Amino acid sequence: MPASIDGNAGDGRAVDDSARPNKVSSKASNSVAKSPRNWNPAIRVAVFLACLLPFMTLVEAVATNSLGPDPAEHLMHVTGEWVMRFLVLVLLATPLARNGLPRLARYRRMLGLYVWFYATLHLLVFAQVYIGWSGEQLIEELGERPYVLVGFSAWLILVPLGITSAHTIRKKMGRYWRKLHKLTYAVAILGWLHLLWLSRSDVGDPVVYGVLFGVLLAYRLPWFRTKVRLKSDFS
Amino acid sequence: MSKNDWKTVPQIASSEITPESVWLNRRNLMKAAAAGAGLTAVGEAVAQAKALKELSFTEASDDTPFKATEDLTPYEAATTYNNFYEFGTDKSDPVRHADAMTTDPWEIKVGGLVDKPGKLHLEDILSGFDLEERIYRFRCVEAWSMVVPWIGFPLSKLLERFEPKAEGKFIEFKTLYRRSEMRGTRSFTSIIDWPYREGLRMDEAMNSLTLMTVGLYGKTLPNQSGAPLRLIVPWKYGFKNIKSIVEINVTDRQPKTSWQDLAPQEYGFYANVNPEVSHPRWSQAWERRLPSSLFNPNRVRTQIFNGYAEQVAGLYKGMDLARFY
Repeated sequence: MPASIDGNAGDGRAVDDSARPNKVSSKASNSVAKSPRNWNPAIRVAVFLACLLPFMTLVEAVATNSLGPDPAEHLMHVTGEWVMRFLVLVLLATPLARNGLPRLARYRRMLGLYVWFYATLHLLVFAQVYIGWSGEQLIEELGERPYVLVGFSAWLILVPLGITSAHTIRKKMGRYWRKLHKLTYAVAILGWLHLLWLSRSDVGDPVVYGVLFGVLLAYRLPWFRTKVRLKSDFS
Repeated sequence: MSKNDWKTVPQIASSEITPESVWLNRRNLMKAAAAGAGLTAVGEAVAQAKALKELSFTEASDDTPFKATEDLTPYEAATTYNNFYEFGTDKSDPVRHADAMTTDPWEIKVGGLVDKPGKLHLEDILSGFDLEERIYRFRCVEAWSMVVPWIGFPLSKLLERFEPKAEGKFIEFKTLYRRSEMRGTRSFTSIIDWPYREGLRMDEAMNSLTLMTVGLYGKTLPNQSGAPLRLIVPWKYGFKNIKSIVEINVTDRQPKTSWQDLAPQEYGFYANVNPEVSHPRWSQAWERRLPSSLFNPNRVRTQIFNGYAEQVAGLYKGMDLARFY
């Protein structure tokens, strides 16, 4: 899902957006796109490993049995948190790429795939510890608990986004790819709803993510484009 | 589930109870492990345990509902994995932050519809009642459970001293609310109306299972477990077992409880453990008996009234348990 929420190449080749009302290609983005010397695979590997670090930490904790008496709760909590954090990062990549950090556009695909990765872990822990791989119980959970239904729907949406982030598929899809990947916004909204419904006595987390997603999604709205974004793009 | 299943009172052999020397030993091992692995919560629980007072008590008799037969949840687990929202909503917050709470001196005000309203001090409680160790299953509404050796005395004994009036039908409890010592109550995104309040019907309060609890595993309660005095009602979900009590009132109407206030469609006044009545957030048909692990989640089926049906089902005769959840 990653890539290119706004129709930019996931690898950062074209940071400007042909759909924008006013075509402005910043110098920075062009130079990045045309200069392979700026392309440092070591950084890419470092980012990849950094994103994997939360997972490795959990693997180590499970292996050493140091997650306390109820690993289920901890694993659900932590994997869910990382899904939300990667969602923020992937939605943040485009605005930042447009505003002085064009290289970030290259990482959207990776960040998006990490959203899918942590969401899948979240679902696997749920299947293993909460419902014991029982289809019957899954159906009951989906039917009776709206937050489960919402979370599961978000994961289902991530499946086609993840699959179509392969370069070859993406090329074949042409402009439909971009349309499909706008579903990332739906994932963010469903993820937030999932978190909100889970909050019991403290609404701190949903408030924080509500503000973050609110700003990041507003950035994609047409009125925001014309009124606010153009100005900042010129600066 | 057949009737006979839940009518069976679990039996326990005294040999199955972890002797103190063993769990003390285990604690020392855990302490060493904690130092290496940086498990600060466990380390803190262990350090605290040293400062706790040994209690003198008798053991509950075998073959009674006061002595559950399942394996005990280790001390470390029971005192590092807690819900005590006054200190934060994470399970590890209480052990990390509850030490800030001053528990000595401690005073409990008993009033409302009683003939002799008054105050109890911690010393009166520890010396004025015969303490008994009871091994109870503890079932949280979040679908995890433990088996804990509590030490305390029947709530009925405490109430008798204050002579409840005939029109007293309910008991209301309040937890200490001291912002300066309870960081969770200072969270500005928390939507709980402090102090934490809970309640029981008079007949529930007088039931012999209902325990005013001052200790666990042979010693006084650590702060995160609700020091110095808490309620244990083993056939109800964990949140009914109010901690660090400072006020007890006898009332003629059903008291408002904190969780009911917050989400009445989710938390009822009765909160009896019931696998048939599911909660909007968690199925109640199963529970994770802690300690659990990823590859051996230790899921067990939840029993009606947490396995105490024989003792308490009569209290709810004729009531629709799905309505009065």
